Amino acid sequence: MIPTAFEYFRPTNLSEALALLEQYKDEAKLLAGGHSLIPMMKLRLAQPQYLIDLGGVKELSYIRESGDHLLIGAMTRHVDVETSEVLRQRCPLLTETARRIGDAQVRNMGTIGGSLAHADPAADYPAAILALGAELRAVSIQGERWIRAEDFFVDMLTTALAPEEILVEVKVPALGPRTGTAYVKVAQKASGFALCGVAVVLTVDPNGVCQDVAVGVTGVASKAYRARAVEDALRGRALDASAIADASAKAAEGVDPLEDLHASAEYRAHLARVWSRRAIEQARASI
Amino acid sequence: MGRTIEVTINGTRYRHEVEPRLLLVHYLRDVVGLTGTHIGCETSLCGACTVLLNGAAVKSCTLFAVQADGAEIMTIEGLAEDGQLHPIQEGFWQKHGLQCGYCTPGMILAAYQLLSRSPDPSEEEIRRGIEGNLCRCTGYQHIVEAIRYAAEKQRVARGARSE
Ligand SMILES: Cc1cc2nc3c(=O)[nH]c(=O)nc-3n(C[C@H](O)[C@H](O)[C@H](O)COP(=O)(O)OP(=O)(O)OC[C@H]3O[C@@H](n4cnc5c(N)ncnc54)[C@H](O)[C@@H]3O)c2cc1C
Ligand code: FES
Ligand code: FES
Repeated sequence: MIPTAFEYFRPTNLSEALALLEQYKDEAKLLAGGHSLIPMMKLRLAQPQYLIDLGGVKELSYIRESGDHLLIGAMTRHVDVETSEVLRQRCPLLTETARRIGDAQVRNMGTIGGSLAHADPAADYPAAILALGAELRAVSIQGERWIRAEDFFVDMLTTALAPEEILVEVKVPALGPRTGTAYVKVAQKASGFALCGVAVVLTVDPNGVCQDVAVGVTGVASKAYRARAVEDALRGRALDASAIADASAKAAEGVDPLEDLHASAEYRAHLARVWSRRAIEQARASI
Repeated sequence: MGRTIEVTINGTRYRHEVEPRLLLVHYLRDVVGLTGTHIGCETSLCGACTVLLNGAAVKSCTLFAVQADGAEIMTIEGLAEDGQLHPIQEGFWQKHGLQCGYCTPGMILAAYQLLSRSPDPSEEEIRRGIEGNLCRCTGYQHIVEAIRYAAEKQRVARGARSE
């Protein structure tokens, strides 16, 4: 379990990190919390020649309010999201999601930027990020751009980031009026990763009719996705049990579920339907 | 391609040249000679290698030693003071929180973090706090009791100090 040798850099600011990444591109890897990358390096599934540790880039670790949005620096650890009072009040979906990641030791090291950039199909944050309609800021030596969450996840372990780009910030809307959220998860017993995780953001009008809803599903397919069919079926409907159940039945429509020794494709699709219903019910109850 | 790091371990400062790919757990055991930190799975799952890095519990098999440059580390060897067991160690002793003892150093450091964040934890909080640590022997029940013993003992000690 010894990784291949590499050269190690520990920049202390973002521009230094960007310059190193520009110089080494594909041969370099960024190291954030290391809780996906180091296990892969130990198995030699990743063999970077240059490792650029973002651990010293303190400017990337923050949680800030900005009008009706919240800004989270890429190096913010899971534990800091989990215990943030600002997020608990203004974006409880994120605290709830962070709470379900791994264990205490993993949450002390893992970062939101690392989790999103790694794009594990069973990671928790992607479901919440999709349901929130987050925007992700990527920076390179050339400049910066904003990427919509839905355009960010391309495939298993693949994102829209270019090799010379660093994900620096996640921007999410603060909880609006008459809005409830929920994250529910069925964990694979041994690893704790999601066999199925569903994040919901639900807004009702003053009469209790579904005004808007967003459903993000992780663990089920090769990348996390928005369950559009569920959302379309629910929008404009009164939120009674049968409307929620009918809509949730569409949670795996149009997706090609993963299959492995822990769960068949059919079982994953079933979990997506059942847990979408529960997540929507829980979100409604939280309003 | 060595790199010089400086760390404070259990209050003592160390300076070593290490290879960047050296894992923190190997550094602690093989370079510094503190073998109380165990290696169970080496795949980030069992928590036997847990140490405190600037007060936070981390799995030292999933960290490079170079990442700890400048940090304060506490290992199981740093808990007892003047030959007096730490209340958590005493709890494991009194409540039979161990059998083979392999998981114990990591378990105790996870408990240390838990009690520093939440001095009077419920049983559920205790179980959640040691979620990252596996024990093949005890069935966890006595470990939970050991941590509760320590919480109680520390509460009493705090009360005595504030009087
Ligand atoms: C035992 C264990 C259990 C776990 N359980 C869960 C779980 O239940 N749910 C879950 O979601 N996750 C889980 N994880 C994964 C954990 O959340 C990781 O921390 C996370 O996926 C990766 O974040 P990191 O900061 O550790 O990134 P790293 O491992 O440092 O990096 C991951 C990848 O992202 C790239 N990268 C990192 N930061 C950036 C950036 N800012 N810009 C561009 N690229 C970047 C790296 O180059 C690397 O390719 C678990 C991990 C372990 C070890
Ligand atoms: S040896 Fe580090 S988690 Fe098992
Ligand atoms: S006491 Fe043997 S593994 Fe825990």
